[in-house]
Amino acid sequence: MLEQLIPNLKNQIGKLKIGNFTWQNSRAFWTVLALFIIIVANRLISPNFFSIQMVEGRLIGSLINILDGAAPIMLLSIGMTLVIATKGVDLSVGAVMAICAAVAVMLINQYESGATDFYYTPPFVILIALGTGALCGLWNGILVAFFDIQPIVATMILMTSGRGIAQMITNGQSPTFTDDTLAFIGRGVIFGVPFPIYLYLAVFLLVYLLVRRTAIGLMIESVGINARASYYAGINASLIKVLVYVLSGVCAALAGLIIAGEVKSADPHKNGEWAELDAILAVVIGGTSLSGGRFSLGLSALGVLIVQSLLTGLYISKLHPTANLVVKAIVVLVVLLFQSDEFRRRIRQLVRRRA
Amino acid sequence: MSINEQTQFPLLETQGLTKSFIATLALSEVDFTLHAGEVHALLGENGAGKSTLIKLITGVHPKDAGTILLEGKVIEPRSPGHAQELGISAVYQEINLIPTLSVAENIFLGRQPMRFGLVNMRSANRRARELLETFHIDIDVTRDLSSYSIAIQQIVAIVRGVDLSAKVLILDEPTSSLDRHEVETLFSVIRSLKKRGIGILLITHFIDQVYEISDRITVLRNGLKVGEHQTQELPKVKLVSEMLGKELTDELMVQNGQQTNGESEHETFLQVRGFARRGMMEPFDVVVKKGEIVGLAGLLGSGRTETAHLIFGIEKSETGEAYVKGQKVNLTSPQKAIRHGFGLCPEDRKAEGIIDDLTVRENIILALQAKMGWFNHLSRKRQEQLAQEMIDALRIVTPDTEKPVKELSGGNQQKVILARWLISNPEFLILDEPTRGIDVGAHVEIINIIKRLAKEGKAMMVISSELAEVVDYSDRVVVLRDRKKITELEGDQISENTIMQTIAER
Amino acid sequence: MRHIKWVVLVLVALSLVAPLAVAQEDTGEGLTIGFSQIGSESAWRTSFTNAVKAEAEARGINLLFSDAQQEQENQIAAMQAWIAQGDVDAIVLAPVVVSGWDVVLQEAKDAGIPVVIVDRNVDSDPSLFVTRVSSDFVHEGRLAAAWLVQATSGQCNIVELYGTVGSAAAEDRNQGFNEVIALFPGMKIIRSETGNFVRTEGKQVMESFLSAEDPANICAVWAHNDDMAIGAIEAIKEAGLVPAKDILIVSVDAIPDIFDSLDAGETNATVELSPFMGAPAFDAVVSYLNGEELPKWVPVAGKLYTDRAAYDADHQ
Repeated sequence: MLEQLIPNLKNQIGKLKIGNFTWQNSRAFWTVLALFIIIVANRLISPNFFSIQMVEGRLIGSLINILDGAAPIMLLSIGMTLVIATKGVDLSVGAVMAICAAVAVMLINQYESGATDFYYTPPFVILIALGTGALCGLWNGILVAFFDIQPIVATMILMTSGRGIAQMITNGQSPTFTDDTLAFIGRGVIFGVPFPIYLYLAVFLLVYLLVRRTAIGLMIESVGINARASYYAGINASLIKVLVYVLSGVCAALAGLIIAGEVKSADPHKNGEWAELDAILAVVIGGTSLSGGRFSLGLSALGVLIVQSLLTGLYISKLHPTANLVVKAIVVLVVLLFQSDEFRRRIRQLVRRRA
Repeated sequence: MSINEQTQFPLLETQGLTKSFIATLALSEVDFTLHAGEVHALLGENGAGKSTLIKLITGVHPKDAGTILLEGKVIEPRSPGHAQELGISAVYQEINLIPTLSVAENIFLGRQPMRFGLVNMRSANRRARELLETFHIDIDVTRDLSSYSIAIQQIVAIVRGVDLSAKVLILDEPTSSLDRHEVETLFSVIRSLKKRGIGILLITHFIDQVYEISDRITVLRNGLKVGEHQTQELPKVKLVSEMLGKELTDELMVQNGQQTNGESEHETFLQVRGFARRGMMEPFDVVVKKGEIVGLAGLLGSGRTETAHLIFGIEKSETGEAYVKGQKVNLTSPQKAIRHGFGLCPEDRKAEGIIDDLTVRENIILALQAKMGWFNHLSRKRQEQLAQEMIDALRIVTPDTEKPVKELSGGNQQKVILARWLISNPEFLILDEPTRGIDVGAHVEIINIIKRLAKEGKAMMVISSELAEVVDYSDRVVVLRDRKKITELEGDQISENTIMQTIAER
Repeated sequence: MRHIKWVVLVLVALSLVAPLAVAQEDTGEGLTIGFSQIGSESAWRTSFTNAVKAEAEARGINLLFSDAQQEQENQIAAMQAWIAQGDVDAIVLAPVVVSGWDVVLQEAKDAGIPVVIVDRNVDSDPSLFVTRVSSDFVHEGRLAAAWLVQATSGQCNIVELYGTVGSAAAEDRNQGFNEVIALFPGMKIIRSETGNFVRTEGKQVMESFLSAEDPANICAVWAHNDDMAIGAIEAIKEAGLVPAKDILIVSVDAIPDIFDSLDAGETNATVELSPFMGAPAFDAVVSYLNGEELPKWVPVAGKLYTDRAAYDADHQ
C-alpha cells in the first residue's frame, strides 16, 4: 500500500517544477514530507496550532513562534551549508556568536554610559560585531585553505578558545544593556512579524543571489566534490574556502546579535551553546552531504524548521521533559534513514518479499 | 559436488537479464554463459552494457528481471560482499583499494589473519609476499599502497581478488595501466587460474589481448547481446564491425604519420628551458609550436605525466624558465597556466578530471567560468547552448546536458573534459592519455579531434602509451626514460621501431 | 480557614529543615585558610567570592584567595602549593568539575590539612574531606511552593519551566516543590517542559504553553531559574497578558535582572541561591579543628524575596 502510495505521490508532486528545482529530487521530497508530517502531528496535538492572532501589533501563534525561535539557527545554517558543501565544517559558530555578542554589548555599554565617539553608536557597534564575525571566519578560512589544516581541527581551535575570548571581552561577567536599536535585532517587530525572521530572509536572499546568480555556487560545489580536479580546471579553491568561512562567521555574528538582543545581555556561556551542532544537524537533515558537493540553502532552512517544529511539538505535548532528547533522536534518525537510498531500497525489498 | 554436476551446468549463466535506470534501458534480456576454466571476453563500445552486466552479477545493482545461475543454482547476489561469498570476485578498472593502507593490509582487508584477537601483521605480510611472488612481483608489502604506481596497485587488486578463492573472477580493464611485461605476468597468472578451473570474465579494449588470451567472446551493443563467438573463429574485422554496428572505414587503419612537414615554419607558442623538480624530473627543454602535435613517449613511470604537470603548474618547477610567444611567463599554478591559454586533460579522469556529481553542462563550462571569474557569470541559457554545441561537436552520448557526468561512460567523460577546454578556447592543450580505457569507436573519434585541433592551429602535447597512436599523429616525439628526456624524434624518424629502440637504448 | 492551617504547618516544617544557625564562640580568628574559587564567570559567582572574603575579614581569618579561571589544573596547582608550603590550616575548595580530585585530596589529608568542599560536589570518597557546604535545592523548591500556596490560597494551575533534565538543581527543585503542593489538592502542575536554564528556551517553552493551553487556565509559572522566568515574562507580555498579575511567576536564583523585573512589577518572587557559604564553611573548619563530629553535608538555604528592598537589607 505505502509502497504504491509514496512513488505515486512522488510522481504527482514530481510534475510540479519550479524553476530548475524539481520535486523529483528525492532528498527534497523526504525533507518536505518530514516537515509536513511533524506539522500535521503538532496540529493533532494542539487544535489551535495554526491559529495566528494579532495582539498589540504583534502576530502571535505557534507558527510565528517556530520561525522566530528558529531564526538564529537558520542564519547559521546558511553559512554552515556553504562550508559543508566545500567538504568542510565550522564547529566554531557557537563560540563566534558569543564573541560577537560580547563585543557588541561591551561597546554599547560604553555608549550607554555616555561615550560619544561615533564608533560607540549602535549602527557602528553592529557593524563592528559583524566585522568581528568576518574576522573569526577569516581566521578559520586561512587555517583551512592556506595551512591545509583539516576543517574539523581548524575550527575546533576557535570553538574551544572562543568562549574564553568572549569571557575576556566581558571580564568574565554577563553584561546587560538597554539600548533599543541593538535589542531590536532580537526582539523588534515590523508589521506584526518578529525582526529576526526578516533578517533571515534578507540574508538568505543576499547569499542566494551571491551563490546562484554568480559562479560562486558552482565553484563551491565543484571544490566540495573534487578539489583536485577543480584546481586543475583553474578554480581558486583556496579563495572559495576562505569566502565560505567568512560568510559563516558573519552569519554567526548575526545569530549572536539576535540572541543578545532577545535577552538584552551577552552571556559568554549560554549564547550559542550547542548552536554549531544544531546547525550541522539541520544541514544534514536538509540533505547536504557532509562529504561535500551539492547543497541547497532552502533545504537546510527546512532542516532547522523540522527540528524547531519537533521541539515545539514536544513542548505542547504532555510528555515528560526527560523524553525530549530521545524523541528528538528518534525523529532525526527516521528522517535521515528515509533520505538514505540504501535504506529505502531495503524497505522496498522487504515489502516486495512480503507481497 | 560431483564432477558431473560441474560439467552439466555452465559455471555462471544469466538468462534474460534486464536492467533499466531512469529513462534508459541499460541491459535487455541478456543471456550469457561462462564455463569453468575458460577466459570469456566481454566486448562492446561505451554504453553497451558491459559494466551493467557485471554490476548485476556482483550485486552492486538489483536486477529488474531475469535469472543468474551459479553452477546451475539460482543466486541472488545482494552486494559485492555477498557475491564474493558466493565465489564471484571482481577487480574493477578504477582501483577500489585504500591508498593509505599497506599493500598487505589491502590484500587482507577485512579478513586479516588474527592472533590472540589481534591482527597478526607479520603473518599477513608474509602471506602477501608469497602471493605476489606467484606474479613475480617483489615489492615491500609494508609500504602504503599509494607509494606504488597504478600498475602495481592494479596487480595488488587482482591478487586480492584471486586470493578470495573465487570460482568466477571478473577483470574489468585489468591491463589498461600495465606495460607489456606486466601484461605478460598477468596473462601467465590468468592461464594458471584457468587450469585450476576458475572461470574468468574479461573486459578489455585491447583487441590483440582478446585474441591472445580469450577462448570465447560475447559482444554487447546498446544493452543487447549481438554475438557470441569462439575467439579463433572470429576475424578481427568482423569483431570490430560488430562492436561498432557499422562497416569499417579507413579511419581505423593507422598508417600514416602527419604529412605536415611541408609547412614546417610554425610559430613557436611555448618554449620551456631547464624545467626540473627533484624526485620528479631531471631538467628538460621543450618547444611546442602552433598547429603542431608533440607526442610524449616512454614507459610507465618515465616522467611523461610529470613533464605535463610541471608545464601546467600543478607542480612548481624548481629551476628554468618558460616563454609563451617569446614573453617570459610564470607557470606556478594551473590558474596562471590557464591565463596564458593552456589547458590540460589529466591522466586520472576520475580523480583529476571530472567533477562526478556535477552535470555534463557544469563540467563543460567549468574551466571557462573559472577563467571568466566569479562574478562574470555565464547565463543558464548560454551554458546550455555552449554545452549542447560541444555535445554535438564531439558527439558526446548523453540524453541531455543535465545528466550527472558520473553516469556517462569513460569515453564520453573524456570527451566532456576535452569539451571543458575547447570552449575556453585554449591556444595550447596538453592531453595525458586521452584514449585510455575507452572503446574503439571513441578512440578513433578522439584521435580525429586531436588532429583537427592541430589543423586549426592549436599547439598540442599528447601523452600516450600506445605507440602506434603517437606515431600516427605526432609532428615531433619527445622520448623519455627514467624521468629524463632522452631525445626528440622528427619527421621520418618517427616510427614505432625507432621509438622503442630509443627507449631500449642504454 | 483550612488553608491557613496548612500554610502554618508547612512553614513550621520548613523552619525545621532549614539549617540552624548555631552561635559559636570560636570564630576561627587567626587561622589561615586557602580558598580556591572556580572563577568569576557570573555575577552570582562574584558575590559568592565577595561573601566569603567579607566573612573571613569579619572573623579575623587570614584568607588566601585563588581564582582558577575555570581550570581544574589551576585549582590543583594552588592546593598543592598550599600543601607544600604548609602555611594553611585548612582549604576551602569550590570545585569546577566533579571528578579528578582524589590525588590532591589525599595529599591534603596526608599533610593533615582539612578540606571543605563548597558549592558543587566531588565524587571522591567522603573520608577525603571534612564536609560539603552547598545549596539545598530541595529547600528552594519548597520555599517557592509555599509562597505560591499562600499567594493563591492553595488553588492554582501551574506550568513548570524545568531546568536541564538530570541536573541536581532541576531535579531537586522539582522534588521540593512537588512535596509541598502535594499537600494541597487545589495545586496542580498542568504542564512541565525543559528550558535548559536558558532565557531564550524559557521563552519558547512558555510561548508553546500559552498556545496549547487557554491562558486563563494558567494561574502561575514556576521556573527553576530566573533566566527562564525572564524569558517567560517576555512570552506572556507578547501574548498580550500582564505578567505577575494574569499569571504569577516564581523562580530561583535572585540574579540582578530578576530584581529589575520585580521593580517593574513583572514577576512575583525569587528564592535566593545563597552565596553565603563562607560562614558555614569556616564553622565547619573550626568544628573539625576542635575535634567535633560533622555531618558530611551542610546545606545552605536562601530566602525568598518579593522586592529589592528586603534583598538589599540582607546584603549590606
